[in-house]
Amino acid sequence: MNKPQILEGSRAIALIIKNIAPAVISAYPITPQTHIVEDLAKFKADSQADYEYIRAESEFAAASIILGASATGVRVYSATSSQGLLLMTEVIYNIAGMRLPIVMTCANRAVSAPINIWNDQQDVMTIRDAGWILLFAENHQEAVDQHIIAYKLAEQLKLPVIVNVDGFIMTHSYEPVIIYDTKLIKKYLPDYKPTTGQYLDPENPITLGALVTPTNYMEIRQELHNDLIASLEVINKEYKNFKKIFNPALKITKLKNKNSIESGLLEYYGPKNASTILIAMGSVIGTIKDTVDNNFKEKIGILKIKCFRPFPEKEILQVLKSAKYIAVLDKSISLGHMGCLASDIKAICTGKISAKIQNFIVGLGGKDITSNIIKKIIIEVRKKDDKTKFIGK
Amino acid sequence: MIQIRIHGRGGQGVVTASELIAIAAFIDGKQSQAFPSFGVERTGAPVESYVRIDNKPITTHEQIYQPDILIIQDSTLLNNASLINGVGPKTKIIINTSKDKSIFKLKLPQKNIYTIDATKIAMEILGKNIVNTVILGALVKFTNIISLASLMSAIKEKFADKNKELIAKNINAVKLACSL
Repeated sequence: MNKPQILEGSRAIALIIKNIAPAVISAYPITPQTHIVEDLAKFKADSQADYEYIRAESEFAAASIILGASATGVRVYSATSSQGLLLMTEVIYNIAGMRLPIVMTCANRAVSAPINIWNDQQDVMTIRDAGWILLFAENHQEAVDQHIIAYKLAEQLKLPVIVNVDGFIMTHSYEPVIIYDTKLIKKYLPDYKPTTGQYLDPENPITLGALVTPTNYMEIRQELHNDLIASLEVINKEYKNFKKIFNPALKITKLKNKNSIESGLLEYYGPKNASTILIAMGSVIGTIKDTVDNNFKEKIGILKIKCFRPFPEKEILQVLKSAKYIAVLDKSISLGHMGCLASDIKAICTGKISAKIQNFIVGLGGKDITSNIIKKIIIEVRKKDDKTKFIGK
Repeated sequence: MIQIRIHGRGGQGVVTASELIAIAAFIDGKQSQAFPSFGVERTGAPVESYVRIDNKPITTHEQIYQPDILIIQDSTLLNNASLINGVGPKTKIIINTSKDKSIFKLKLPQKNIYTIDATKIAMEILGKNIVNTVILGALVKFTNIISLASLMSAIKEKFADKNKELIAKNINAVKLACSL
């Protein structure tokens, strides 16, 4: 424990969930999330874990079960992908509206039709507006860390969190990773104690998710929005706290580039005043870093968005202010418009950043994002044309 | 960085082979990464998997297009010419075959090609045509990219929930392949 091991991404996530010790887990298996929930079911069957494991008859049921369990004031967990997340959608909105501190993993996968089991990030974009905190991990270690931070945020803010990991690329790959033991986790994340009067308790009766008339509905939605915006600061604070507790014990090596910025919301990798900046989320960031380090001596920066909702406008603008060319790589698209990340970046840059911002759609349905694709994007973004482009090879 | 690409068919343990190499390299004190390229998951369909080994952390998640080592678990796959895409003059190839290596018309120095009748060994020792551990014995012998001791530890770790007899058989298969 607390030492690097080489593990499959799914196994790493399952082990850290076991150590975080939720009281109830409910899931329905779907590729590529399957290994995570299989491992969690096995830990229970082998008496290595105390949680209730409920294999539901569908994702709609799984989400409803964790909603109900969470409403009774216990820590819960689920994981899903693609069509599974879509089937959960109605419940996903309810969870956020009821302010339940639920954490889920989304093993990101393409959405049908045509049917496709491979990775992109279209699935989570369908629930982008539901009121959840959405985190994206680049590698196994970041996924492990984000799950612990997710519970700390959820239980403190009464906001649900999804940790996104690229299906197959992360869930089915082996990489060195540290799985923290329960003792160390508890220094950061204490046992969950629900707030009296905010959960279903016969001693303190309340109603969750009741009918609200036009008199108050808008105010309640505004409050949820304001709380999400305010959580940006807490996400950064809790990320710092996490590093303080976990780093010294683990001797984690720092990023090699000293100009790098690292926070709970984003990471910037590259020189100060880079003229070209690439923006993306998830595992593709690793490929971009490798490509830039091995092929470009000039000033190219890489901005990794770790927190997509709430959207860290201020922090992003701070990084982008000196750029001339900005390439936004999207593994999803709002069909008929542009990539989901790109439209957000363009919106916050309006009137504040004069750089050319161009959107590149990559990796849909498991298409491999190669270093040649990254090189092509770096060349394309410096041309005049600013249309959204699909780059497949 | 050393890049390895493995080709085989569904059911031959192509994915497990890549994981065993990565685990063994990690036990050797190196950084490593293994991942599959899943097609449609069914027995007999062509499958690829990838391994990277380096002295520093590996960040890329790209598939492997220019392998330093290519492992072919089923030589009939070589009928598809695209299989050796990205193979350069320094690439080492390990092929599971009962035939002589001269029959494979590969544009490579003969010394870069290594053949082993892994199917025969697998049938004799394991009783089925799962050649992945056998061929990893050949990998140790031909390239020395991972150590035999670490490979044996990796098999014990990866197969921890399987029965002891199966682990012992696989270790015997690896030792035999390595001693040829």
